[in-house]
Amino acid sequence: MLKQTEGSHAVAEAIALCRPEVICAYPISPQTHIVEGLGEMVKAGELENCEFLNVESEFAAMSVAIGSSAAGARTYTATAAQGLLFMVEAIYNASGLGLPIVMTVANRAIGAPINIWNDHSDSISQRDSGWIQLFAETNQEALDLHIQAFKLAEELSLPVMVCMDGFILTHAYERVDIPTQEQVDAFLPPYEPRQVLDPNDPVSIGAMVGPEAFSEVRYLEHEKQMQALELIPQIAEEFKAGFQRDSGGLVRGYRLEDAETVVVAMGSVLGTIKDTIDEMRDRGVKIGALGVISFRPFPLQAVREALKNTKRVVVLEKTFAVGIGGILATDVRTAMDDKRLINYTVIAGLGGRPITRQSLHDVFDKATRDELPALTFLDLDWNIVNKQLERERATRRSGPTAENILRDVGDHVAQHS
Amino acid sequence: MFEVRIHGRGGQGVVTAAEMMSIAAFEENHHAQAFPNFGSERTGAPVVAYCRIDSKEIRLREPIMQPDALIIQDPTLLHQIDVFAGLKQNGFVLINSKNSFEKLGLAEMAASWAPDRLCLLPATELALKHVGRPVPNVPLLAGFAALSGMIKLESVCNAINAKFSGKVAQGNVAAATEAYELVRAHVETSRKETAHA
Repeated sequence: MLKQTEGSHAVAEAIALCRPEVICAYPISPQTHIVEGLGEMVKAGELENCEFLNVESEFAAMSVAIGSSAAGARTYTATAAQGLLFMVEAIYNASGLGLPIVMTVANRAIGAPINIWNDHSDSISQRDSGWIQLFAETNQEALDLHIQAFKLAEELSLPVMVCMDGFILTHAYERVDIPTQEQVDAFLPPYEPRQVLDPNDPVSIGAMVGPEAFSEVRYLEHEKQMQALELIPQIAEEFKAGFQRDSGGLVRGYRLEDAETVVVAMGSVLGTIKDTIDEMRDRGVKIGALGVISFRPFPLQAVREALKNTKRVVVLEKTFAVGIGGILATDVRTAMDDKRLINYTVIAGLGGRPITRQSLHDVFDKATRDELPALTFLDLDWNIVNKQLERERATRRSGPTAENILRDVGDHVAQHS
Repeated sequence: MFEVRIHGRGGQGVVTAAEMMSIAAFEENHHAQAFPNFGSERTGAPVVAYCRIDSKEIRLREPIMQPDALIIQDPTLLHQIDVFAGLKQNGFVLINSKNSFEKLGLAEMAASWAPDRLCLLPATELALKHVGRPVPNVPLLAGFAALSGMIKLESVCNAINAKFSGKVAQGNVAAATEAYELVRAHVETSRKETAHA
C-alpha cells in the first residue's frame, strides 16, 4: 500500500512485517523513531509474539541480541554513531559466533567533536567486523532491504547491518510502498537456526579457540561473505518477483552506457548525484553513476564489471580514513587493480554538511577535465583551516581546535551579515 | 518541481507543517518529500523545514536554497535571519501576522511584489480561536493551499486527520477552513485590483 510517511516509521513497519521475536533497544538519534515505533506496536498488541526490551546501554542491546539470537529468536536492534561504537566488542562477537541479527544503523558522524548529523563514519568503522553492510538509497529501499536482510542473515547465519542515512532518510517523509503481511510471509519463512541453545539438545556456543583452529574459523567467516556475494543478487531477484520492484543487489548503475566518467557512492546522496548527472548529460557530458549497495561483502567483480569501459572514476564518500583518505575509494581501487583508470576521491557531507548539486557540478566538471586533485574535500573552507594552522604556528598554547574554529566561523558570519 | 521552505521556532509545529504538506500533496497523487533542517531542537530556537512537490519521483536531497514559496510562522524571525534568502522573484510568501506590512518593515517588498502572491495571515489568532493553542502551522498550511493553489483544502484536512484525532483534529480543520477562506479572499481581491489598475 502506498503511504506518505517518515523513513523511520516505514522501517518500523517493515521490521514488524518480518515478525521479529526479540527487539532490544536503546535510544540514540537519529535511530530513535524506529524503535519507538516498534515499541508502540508491541505495546498496542499489533506486533504479536515479540518481546521488546529496553536495555541500559548499546553494549547491553547487542549482548541481549546475541543471547536471544542464540536462543533461536529472530532478533532486531538499531543504533547509530557513539552507540554503535559502544557495542563494538559485542558486534564482533555476534559475527564471530555467526548469529543472524539484523540491525539498522541510522548513519551519523562519530565524535569528537560531538555531532549528531549524518555521515557514514559509524558503520564504516565496523567494515572489518564480519557484519554484512547494505546501504539504502531511498526510504523505499531501506524498508525493502530490512526484509531482505533477515532472509540473507538467516540463510548464512551472519549478522546484517542495514545502513540508512540518519535524518536525511530517517526523518524524511516520502512515498513508500508498504507490502502486505502475506507478501512478506511468502518471502521470509520462519527462522530456522543453524545453531541454537536448546535444553533438549544442549550445545555450547562461544568456545575458546587457539592457534590450532582460529584461522579456519575466521576463514569460514570470509567464505560466508563470499557466499553472500552470490546470495544478495538472488535474494534481490526473488524480492522483485514477490514485490514487483528493484531493491537491493550488490551494485546499481545509472546511465553507465558510454560513460567516460563514473561517480561511485553509497546511500541517499546518489539521488542528488543522479539529478546532477542528468543535468550534465543534457550538456553532453558522458557521465554516469554506480551505487554500491553491498559495502560488505565488497563486490569486487561487480564493480570491476560496471567500470570496465570507463576512463575515470570519482569516488564520493561520506567517510574519511584520517591519515590516508578515502575508504570506499580504496576498495574501488582494489576492484580496478588490473586496470589503468584515473581515480579521484571526494570526501563530502561530513557531519551533515549538505551536498549540493552546485558543488557536485563543480567537482565533476573538474574531474572530467582532469583538473581535480586526487583527494578533495568538498566545500572545505580553507580560510578557516589556514587560520587555525597559522594560530598553531604562532602560539604554543593555541587552544582547543573545535572551539577556535567555531569562533572563527562565528566571526565570519558576523562580518558577512 | 515546486519547493517550499518553512521558517518558525521550536514548538510552532514547523516540521509537522512540512510533513502535513507532503501528506496533502501525496493525497493528490503528487510525489512529495518533507524534511527538517536537522539540528538540536529547542523550544523557541529558529527551525527550518522543507517540502518538495513534483509529478515524478524526487531524488534530490539538498536543502531548498531557492524556494518557490516561503511560509514564515514567526514574524520575529524577519529581521533576525535572512528568511528570504534565495526566494524566487514573485515567489509565494505567507507570513503569520496580524500586523501590516509597514509594521513588519516589509512595505518596500509589499510594494514591489505581486500582491496575489504575498499575504499576511493571523494564524496564531486563528489557532487560539479554534484549537486553543498558539500553534500557527495548520492555518498557515491551509493559507498556503489557497495562496499557491498547489494543494486543495480537502487534502489539508485529510492530512490533519492523518496527524491528529478527536477535538484537536476538529479544531484544526475549523482553523484551516477559516484560514483558507481568508487567504482565498485576499488573492481574489488583489487579482481584481490588479486587473483594474
